[in-house]
Amino acid sequence: MENEPVLRTKGICKSFFDPVENKVLKDVTFQIERGSFCSIVGKSGCGKSTLLYILSTMDTDFEGELYLDGQSLRGLSNMELARVRNEKIGFVFQFHYLLDEFTVLKNVILPGIKLGKLTKEQLEHEAMGLLKIMGVDDQALKKPNQLSGGQKQRIAIARALINKPVIIMGDEPTGNLDKKNTEIVFDIFKELSLERKQSLLVVTHDDDFARRTDRIIEMEDGRIIKS
Amino acid sequence: MKLFLILDVALGFLMARLRQSVVAAVGVTFGVAMFIALVSFMSGLNNLLDGLILNRTPHIRFYNEIKPSASQPVNRSLFFQDAENFIRSVKPKDQGKEIYNSKAILQALKSDPTVIDVAPKAATQVFFNTGVIEIAGIVNGVDIQAEEKLFRFSDYVLEGDINDIANSSNSIFIGKGIADKLLVDIGDVIQVTSPKGDISSLKVAGIFQFGLAEIDNVTSYASLATVQKLLVKPASYITDIQIKLTDIKNAPATAVALSKEFGVDAVDIQTANSQFETGSKVRTIISYAVGITLLIVAGFGIYNILNMLIYEKMDSIAILKATGFSGRDVQGVFILLSLIIGLAGGLSGLAVGLGLTAIIDNIPFETASLPTIKTYPIVYSGIYYVIGITFAMVTTFFAGLFPARKASKLDPVTIIRGK
Repeated sequence: MENEPVLRTKGICKSFFDPVENKVLKDVTFQIERGSFCSIVGKSGCGKSTLLYILSTMDTDFEGELYLDGQSLRGLSNMELARVRNEKIGFVFQFHYLLDEFTVLKNVILPGIKLGKLTKEQLEHEAMGLLKIMGVDDQALKKPNQLSGGQKQRIAIARALINKPVIIMGDEPTGNLDKKNTEIVFDIFKELSLERKQSLLVVTHDDDFARRTDRIIEMEDGRIIKS
Repeated sequence: MKLFLILDVALGFLMARLRQSVVAAVGVTFGVAMFIALVSFMSGLNNLLDGLILNRTPHIRFYNEIKPSASQPVNRSLFFQDAENFIRSVKPKDQGKEIYNSKAILQALKSDPTVIDVAPKAATQVFFNTGVIEIAGIVNGVDIQAEEKLFRFSDYVLEGDINDIANSSNSIFIGKGIADKLLVDIGDVIQVTSPKGDISSLKVAGIFQFGLAEIDNVTSYASLATVQKLLVKPASYITDIQIKLTDIKNAPATAVALSKEFGVDAVDIQTANSQFETGSKVRTIISYAVGITLLIVAGFGIYNILNMLIYEKMDSIAILKATGFSGRDVQGVFILLSLIIGLAGGLSGLAVGLGLTAIIDNIPFETASLPTIKTYPIVYSGIYYVIGITFAMVTTFFAGLFPARKASKLDPVTIIRGK
């Protein structure tokens, strides 16, 4: 189990049929080892985001095999997939997607309450620790709409980490950030990778960002051309 | 724990759109309140209007009807038995108004468990004399206790104590119409002429008003003994026996059965007053229809607001799903949201409804025909409140169900990638 790669795919194909058949992913096969910090790069429309959403179990309409943490995700019901996302995958999107109705702290612990493994008090303690790592623990009781873009993205990362996922997936996590905040987010990712042995998979078209990761997967026209 | 979490998220959304949510809840409040006020008021009116006639009408009345004999003598003749008998110009036979064997019948009815009570009556037509003028009228000789129990006679008494009818002989309660015509008041003595021409003097002990001029202008009440004396009849003389049953629905069947058993004609309340039941039914249907329409309109309000909320909160729904909430959880959030609005609106609707009915209950409503009614009639009944809140919850559930299903089917990928 320990030697099993955290994520493994075999021959993933995906087509869009609107307006005409358009094959966006062609026989994508690769694997990601535990604790590695990978980035997927490629030009717009090469299928990298599509691939990420398939890997994240949110898009189930594809052909091929997908294993997460050694478990095949083919044929699972929507309820079971939701459980997998909740427990094993942490997300960071280009946009932060925090819920403005709740405080920062509540936003972070919400997936944890959903998982139901820890009590609310334990989760709050955990969340405060994560916010501290992100350097935004003093904002815990504010509403997200009172914070800056960089702070929001760091909170989104804390939320992704709350259930101790086996992998964190990011879709252009620094796409909306300025140079300074990009640097901060990258440093956080790097630190997670080095100190926590956290597996990370980030889609980006920031070459500078990608160059500093452990491994670059380059895509073109629906295929992996270099990894 | 899970329900708690969903409730938590639902409340978060609710707070984010507090003003619209309150407006939606007020819609439900209005619907429930109007429903309760309407139904309570309509039922009050129904009871009042039905009471005008039905309270004063026995469930079954036994009497002797003037009609031709069922079997004519020629049919009994053995000689003509096989022949076809034609009889022309048959005349009705008056067996007299007296119910024979009345003591035994009263006895039998009183021991019947399905009968609430029995009121014997000896009615006769009379003339009330004033100067040279004679006014045709009716004197009902009654057992005033039974009359009070079955027909709440005292509700209609303007002046006087009903017990005087039984306690002092030769006393009479007269209708307001007669009193006005004869220009008499309590304590005055009036002359009454029986059909046989016997004149008696009776003391006016009270005046009543039923609210129906045709009754108030001709009817009067005295004790059984007074009427029997007036007619020079024995103490067993009774022309009507009126009964009320424990269950009014059994009246037609019981009337037929008892009529056969006692050999007396009987008429039941449904046959005598069929139009009243129809009226009550129609009024009830109208009030329920209006109330339920109001609630459905309120339901559309909730539907609209939830749809808007889902459109606004698409990002939030997407992220909830991305972080592990299933479609069913999201559906639960929105149904719960709808139910919270429904429950809050419904409960305050019950309170407002109660307040409205209390206000209506205190609005003066004085009419000459109903001396004991001072305010608009209201029926306070828990069942209306149960129906109101139940229907509010059912409406809001369905109003929430469709937007919630829409939210549960939202694909997070399209929303997240659309940014």
